[in-house]
Amino acid sequence: MNHPTSAPPQPDPAAIRRTLAGQLDADARVWLDTALTEAAEDPGTGPLPVWERRFAEAGRVVGADHADTARVLLLHAAGAGTATLTRLYQEGSGAERRAVLDALALTVAGPDAVGLVEDALRANDTGIVAAAVGPYAARHLDAHAWRHAVLKCLFTGVPLTAVAQLAERAAGDGELDRMLADFAAERAAAGRAVPADLTAARALTEAAPPGRTTTPPAGGGAKEN
Amino acid sequence: MRIFDPHIHMTSRTTDDYQAMYDAGVRALVEPAFWLGQPRTSPESFRDYFDALLGWEPFRAAQYGIAHRCTLALNPKEANDPRCTPVLDLLPRYLLKDNVVAVGEIGYDSMTPAEDAALTAQLQLAADHGLPAMVHTPHRDKLSGLRRTLDVVRESALDVERVLIDHLNETTVKEAKASGAWLGFSIYPDTKMDEERMVAVLTEYGPEKVLVNSAADWGKSDPLKTRAVGDALLAAGFDEDTVDQVLWRNPVAFYGLSGRLGDLTVPAPTGPAEHEGNSIQRGAPRTAGE
Repeated sequence: MNHPTSAPPQPDPAAIRRTLAGQLDADARVWLDTALTEAAEDPGTGPLPVWERRFAEAGRVVGADHADTARVLLLHAAGAGTATLTRLYQEGSGAERRAVLDALALTVAGPDAVGLVEDALRANDTGIVAAAVGPYAARHLDAHAWRHAVLKCLFTGVPLTAVAQLAERAAGDGELDRMLADFAAERAAAGRAVPADLTAARALTEAAPPGRTTTPPAGGGAKEN
Repeated sequence: MRIFDPHIHMTSRTTDDYQAMYDAGVRALVEPAFWLGQPRTSPESFRDYFDALLGWEPFRAAQYGIAHRCTLALNPKEANDPRCTPVLDLLPRYLLKDNVVAVGEIGYDSMTPAEDAALTAQLQLAADHGLPAMVHTPHRDKLSGLRRTLDVVRESALDVERVLIDHLNETTVKEAKASGAWLGFSIYPDTKMDEERMVAVLTEYGPEKVLVNSAADWGKSDPLKTRAVGDALLAAGFDEDTVDQVLWRNPVAFYGLSGRLGDLTVPAPTGPAEHEGNSIQRGAPRTAGE
């Protein structure tokens, strides 16, 4: 489903590549250029396209700090569709799974890949949870799953800055506000601090929803699927 | 004392162990793929296990300030089960991954033809992937198992200097050292080696290419045995540099042969630890006094 939020800013692969290249040493830059060319020229022949080998080895070439970005660029250059992304996610290390999730907004137009986001939201690795709640989730998660994603971030300590389109989707969401209030009450009953992010998110729910004054978001409101 | 445990099965251990290991000085470890006690019945079970060694377990280790790397393989015991051997077809793809620093544990359990085949095939996989190999020596008929292992290694495409022979003891160390392989010793509460015997072996054979591990798993074992060896070495008069060589630099050198060991720095777990830019604490602790 496509949610009537204002469109998130579309990431620009060329700009991402320029920024990354500026942060790499000469050898890693050559590797990146070669790998992106390979991905564009041979996205899928043979049992293991060479770019998928580059996808796996990215961390040890460009370093852990830049690997996610390099992998996202490779997925984009190869034009990886939902089937390829799903396979790479399912066969992926934690870092590779993060990259697939990060790439969704750039590579998949429709809701076909939402199952990957739902899978990632069942993970306990907070890096994967944070990657799951990007722009693709903002566009395609239904209201129930999206609210639970916000709650899971608070529960596991993922900062809500990771949640794309938080303000737009939270606006006017009374059910999210109730869930947040209940979570705060549970924390208080246990003698534990209420996350500051929770208070901020409750404030966001009080705003009027974008483009509407009375109706809840599509698939949301009273619906609990 | 900084410690790199080059062989420990953290999947079977608790978060209390991670905390105690960090407190004892453990900052890095390698978890080799092995059997789980309960036999597996399909390659899919291996797939989930490999995924855990490449995903969940490094995340868990990082929460306690410890860098986690792994070795992947079809282990010797399950190499005898035809339901499991198709995992050899999955390995080439998994062996490409960043955190995989060797093929292992491979080697012999009962010295069967099926184990011969799996060992030979996986030594070739190691050579093909630019990885060293971590070889388990059998608990029964160990010396004969070591000799057969070294014969197979010599016939393989993998240089013996890229092979770690593990679970050595007084009866096997001499021949293993003569082969040029790296030498692994597992320190256990009751079986394998103990701290004092390890001190004696190091006194006789020296620290070159020697790695000491706890091999802690789901059986009676102790993840702090690496630290116990370090303390025993100092008490016996070894200097700190030698202890550092055995407990840190040798594991770094051996697994570094993969070119994939990477940066072993993990943020200390004090305060709100960060993982990939995100807090990884499961929940804020109770406020003091409340």
